[in-house]
Amino acid sequence: MLRFTVLPRLRWLTHRIVWLSVLMFSALANSAPLKVAFIYVHPAGESGYSYTHDQARKYVEDVFGDKIEVTVVDSVPDGADVERVLMQLARAGHKLIFPTSFGYMNAVQKVARRYPKVIFEHASGYKQARNVGTYFDRIYEGRYLSGVIAGHMSKSKQAGYVAAYPIPEVIRGINAFTLGMRSVIPDATVNVVWVNSWYDPGKEREAADSLIQQGADVLAQHTNSPASIQAAEAAGVYAVGYHSDMSRFGKNAHLTAPMHLWNDFYVKRINQVLDGSWKPESVWAGFSENMTTLAPLNPAIPPKVVAHIESLKEKIKAGAFHPFTGPVLDQQGETRVPAGTVMNDDALSKMDFYVEGVQGKLPR
Amino acid sequence: MDLDLLASLLYATFRTGTPILLVALGELICEKSGVLNLGQEGVMLMGAVTGFIVVSQFDSYALGIFTSVLTGIVMAAIFAFITLTLQANQVASGLALAIFGTGLSAFIGTDYQGQSIAGLPSLAVPHLSEISVIGPAFFQHDILVYTSLAATFLLWWNLKYARLGLILKAVGENPDAANALGLPVLKVRYLAVLFGGAMSGLAGAYVSLVYTPLWAENMTAGRGWIAVALVVFASWRISRVLLGAYLFGLASILHLVAQVFGADISPNLLAALPYAATIVVLVILSSNQTRHKLFAPLALAIPWHKSR
Repeated sequence: MLRFTVLPRLRWLTHRIVWLSVLMFSALANSAPLKVAFIYVHPAGESGYSYTHDQARKYVEDVFGDKIEVTVVDSVPDGADVERVLMQLARAGHKLIFPTSFGYMNAVQKVARRYPKVIFEHASGYKQARNVGTYFDRIYEGRYLSGVIAGHMSKSKQAGYVAAYPIPEVIRGINAFTLGMRSVIPDATVNVVWVNSWYDPGKEREAADSLIQQGADVLAQHTNSPASIQAAEAAGVYAVGYHSDMSRFGKNAHLTAPMHLWNDFYVKRINQVLDGSWKPESVWAGFSENMTTLAPLNPAIPPKVVAHIESLKEKIKAGAFHPFTGPVLDQQGETRVPAGTVMNDDALSKMDFYVEGVQGKLPR
Repeated sequence: MDLDLLASLLYATFRTGTPILLVALGELICEKSGVLNLGQEGVMLMGAVTGFIVVSQFDSYALGIFTSVLTGIVMAAIFAFITLTLQANQVASGLALAIFGTGLSAFIGTDYQGQSIAGLPSLAVPHLSEISVIGPAFFQHDILVYTSLAATFLLWWNLKYARLGLILKAVGENPDAANALGLPVLKVRYLAVLFGGAMSGLAGAYVSLVYTPLWAENMTAGRGWIAVALVVFASWRISRVLLGAYLFGLASILHLVAQVFGADISPNLLAALPYAATIVVLVILSSNQTRHKLFAPLALAIPWHKSR
């Protein structure tokens, strides 16, 4: 008998408790700080791409204090998981979400339609919506400068480039580096090895070793691990890092590293959401808005070169110089950017050719 | 071909092949006893992270390598207890071990990501290392490369000529008969699994202390899985495991070197080369189906208990 009387009551009670707590939490949420979430594709602890977003996350937490409440979800691979994570975050009351991987794009669009009141800022994507903005940095500006440094430091006139996948962003980086290096040594060459992975320390190491073996005395990389820096340090040549300051992996080898700096952008965006002035935008900024920067330069770089780099940086910042200023020739000697003009953003974002000086054929 | 290039190719082949060789040797012994441990990738990662932590804390490579091996044994002991004592399904338990090891290694290694150590110095063999080409290719490696070769020889000799090898094979082929002969089946299997774990731990140490001296989540990038597959393709023979591991190493180096030389082949195709080459060669070697089946331990992945 007991079962028949107690069970419905229990059910009724549970319902009340659930609803009450939902009401209480939503009441709390109104007075609560802005809930902001970050999603990374890799673990935040490494020295690569996700690490740079996490550094900026720490920065905004310091700046805003208890005005915001931050959630971090890391190691979310591009794929089915993303949608689930985005939904959970939206459902948990996050009002501003930063999904930071290109591969999240479709999931972001889908979830953004279902949660029109949640704002999404998608890094490296190109699809905007009423509540979706996109942003990325002009890392190629930093790559160009690192190429200039490579040009000053190289004796063999050969650089090696360890690259992940032949997509426009990576090709743009290779070309910017090559143009920078050839602005100092007009007949310098850059050899590219594709490792077909964003992250495989073993392969990156072997690729770096074989480039050094072939006479490259400066390495650059568009992969995530510091293995190339270690290879350069062991062989006594120079290397340019990527994403963040990798100098601890090769004190003598590490010349500098083009880095992303999201701090100012995140502060700006969170402020806009707080005061209600946020609008979807497509941001692609470099030195000008302090979104791209260079890691501290190696003390072995002569002061004259440092001054040259500083002045170039200022010029790029002021818009007085663009790394892809014509004449830009491709490998076949065909003019891609006529003298006196600058490559437009559309052409930059679709780049699918090697500039003169890059060795080998671009895989398709 | 340029002789320096040849030497560096051979040198790199040893470096790339060694972690796979170490894991494959351990897995071979494990499978010879009739136990299939698919979790070597997880064990390897655990070995890599613990070895790295110890070296960055205490700056002792001997202690680091020892810790890696010990961690490998502990991980394998968990697997052995589940599959041998509790008689759980070996395939499922192995997969669980791989996932568990990957996750746990990421967890305990969080604070050590992005830290740097010098890396185990290489050990040049006196006199021999000064010979041109052969010296830099074969005699300027680190202690773990030499260890892996010594282990290969010892295991081969044991399996072929020693009583120990016979006992192992008897247990893996027919545990009931072995039991009837008075052989301690479970004890042999336990030891074989623990040995497999120790070798994977050592391979982990090789990856995080020698090959690329750093710790990063999932840094073995699937090498543990390749090694497990290699054992099957090598039809459970030591000599073929050795060949397969170095073939894989050479092919993955060639894929990078060919690009440096501007070979006009798609890098995607080249990236698949190590897998393709290893599989093709070993498939040809073991093309005779009946003979291949003869080499597979008959009781592989079948739980056994005395009271059965």
